[in-house]
Amino acid sequence: MASKVIHAFYDDDDVLMLAVKRVKAAKLHIEEVYCPFPVHGLDKAMGLAPTRIAITSFLYGCVGLVVSVVMMNYIMIDDWPQDIGGKPSFSYIENMPAFVPIMFELTVFFAAHLMVITFYLRSRLWPFKEAENPDVRTTDDHFLMEIEIHDNEQELKDLLMDTGAVEINVTEKNSH
Amino acid sequence: MYTFSNRLKITSIVLMIIGALGIVGGFVMAPGSIEEAKAIVSSHDESHGDVHVVEASQTPQENNHAEADTHGEEHDASHDQHLLDKLQNRPWAALYVAAFFFFMIALGVLAFYAIQRASQAGWSPLLFRVMEGITAYLVPGGIIIFVILLLSMLHMNHLFIWVDEDVVAHDALLLGKSGYLNPTFFLIRAAIFLAGWIGYREYSRKLSLRQDESEDNSNFKLNFRISAAFLVFYLISESIMSWDWIMSVEPHWFSTLFGWYIFASMFVSGITVIAMVTIYLKSKGLLPDVNNSHIHDLAKFMFGMSIFWTYLWFSQFMLIWYANIPEEVTYFVTRITDYNLPFFGMVAMNFLFPVLLLMNSDYKRINWFVVMTGIVILAGHYMDIFNAIMPSTVGDQWYIGIPEIGSVLFFTGLFIFWIFRALASAPLQPKRNPFIEESKNFHY
Repeated sequence: MASKVIHAFYDDDDVLMLAVKRVKAAKLHIEEVYCPFPVHGLDKAMGLAPTRIAITSFLYGCVGLVVSVVMMNYIMIDDWPQDIGGKPSFSYIENMPAFVPIMFELTVFFAAHLMVITFYLRSRLWPFKEAENPDVRTTDDHFLMEIEIHDNEQELKDLLMDTGAVEINVTEKNSH
Repeated sequence: MYTFSNRLKITSIVLMIIGALGIVGGFVMAPGSIEEAKAIVSSHDESHGDVHVVEASQTPQENNHAEADTHGEEHDASHDQHLLDKLQNRPWAALYVAAFFFFMIALGVLAFYAIQRASQAGWSPLLFRVMEGITAYLVPGGIIIFVILLLSMLHMNHLFIWVDEDVVAHDALLLGKSGYLNPTFFLIRAAIFLAGWIGYREYSRKLSLRQDESEDNSNFKLNFRISAAFLVFYLISESIMSWDWIMSVEPHWFSTLFGWYIFASMFVSGITVIAMVTIYLKSKGLLPDVNNSHIHDLAKFMFGMSIFWTYLWFSQFMLIWYANIPEEVTYFVTRITDYNLPFFGMVAMNFLFPVLLLMNSDYKRINWFVVMTGIVILAGHYMDIFNAIMPSTVGDQWYIGIPEIGSVLFFTGLFIFWIFRALASAPLQPKRNPFIEESKNFHY
């Protein structure tokens, strides 16, 4: 469904923050904000839910730990318990200190890589992905706030102009 | 301005009295002669049933036991003397472990304080008075440690076997080390280190208080410079102190990363105590500008330094376990055979607890969570020092009983009394530190 959106441009992150707070106070839904760099506190001002990526990372780390323990218990203790330089391979716990470096590294490896991949999937990022920025200036020195229009175009324009927008465009929303 | 509350004062005095009774009780209960020592051990064995006897006779693969038994038969007299020494060491070792533990908290806080000054941290100036209050304990704690060391050098106990000239004369290894490990040089080193630490603490505190009243930042700059210089001195002196005060109870053994290991222990205990005292004072409404971001930062330090301690503990353990060279591995053999639960229990307390409880960012902001984890960390690091001193001084005759608990209670009382007295002696918030505004508005 094609719908019209309003694009308000700002050239300062402090002005943007105030504008976001004004728009939220007016009970309007902000579709998206495009910034050239992370603006501290913007997610809070927009009321975005906190990320849960740290929790996924913890769980991936647990998986990595289990993988390393199962792998080395199978290889070194169950499958072929050879005497290598007098290391006790009668049970996992007896030879555990020698496995700790691998347990640690695999925990970190799983936690880091799977978390990064999760991040790419959730933020829809991949090598040949088509860029989504509505205006090239948003990667350089402009901030853009996108709000959907529901028969309130003039009202919205006035509000956004009042918040210090340097430019306001009305466009058809490109569905990605 | 904080006033030392009467309830806390009475609590600390009661702790000191109970603790002192426990310490005296420990010395009274220690055997005076070989016969008494034997009686204590045999009654101990009976109360435990015949498990010990069965173990010793029916498990030939346990080399330690078998070896000890044959030794015992050959030199019965020296075996008994050894047992008496161990039992007589117990109250001394209990006192020494507790004295060092609380001293090391103050010293760890001093190192943290110097780092905050030298790195010009923007978040911590609000906590400087708390840290200065805790480091006030360096003076009484240092004097007590020095007196214990002096008494050890005067043959009042057998904590340090290299003090005994007879032992050294018949021991080529100790003879070789006597150029370094001799009572005079040992005490001189201890005196220099204590003078350096206490000297920096007192001077930095003076500059810190003077900065509040001054017109410019010259005191602050001077404090920055002496803190950076102190850190160089601290790094060297702390390392040597750990060889002297801790490693030399086991003079046949050596480890290169021991100094760092003890440092990690004192650093994490110190930061934990800063967090706990800050939370206490804040709960009384005395630190209105301290917010949960400050607590969050301290908890992050507790978390990170706990892992750092574990890293060093494991590196030391794993390298020696892996290579298994007889002259090094005895250290861990005695600990794993005689101190199994305390030795591995402390790793759980110092690693698993803080890692699992303080990993969540939200939990780091919850006061009771930080305090609860802090108590586990402090108990864990007491066990760390316990595991460093006890196996070499009392061996398998260890127990956490009246002398140990008494010593801990006494020093807890003294520590609380001294640091809160110091906290009451100056306003809790620095007035014109250049970073104080940043610290007040600190938000993470």
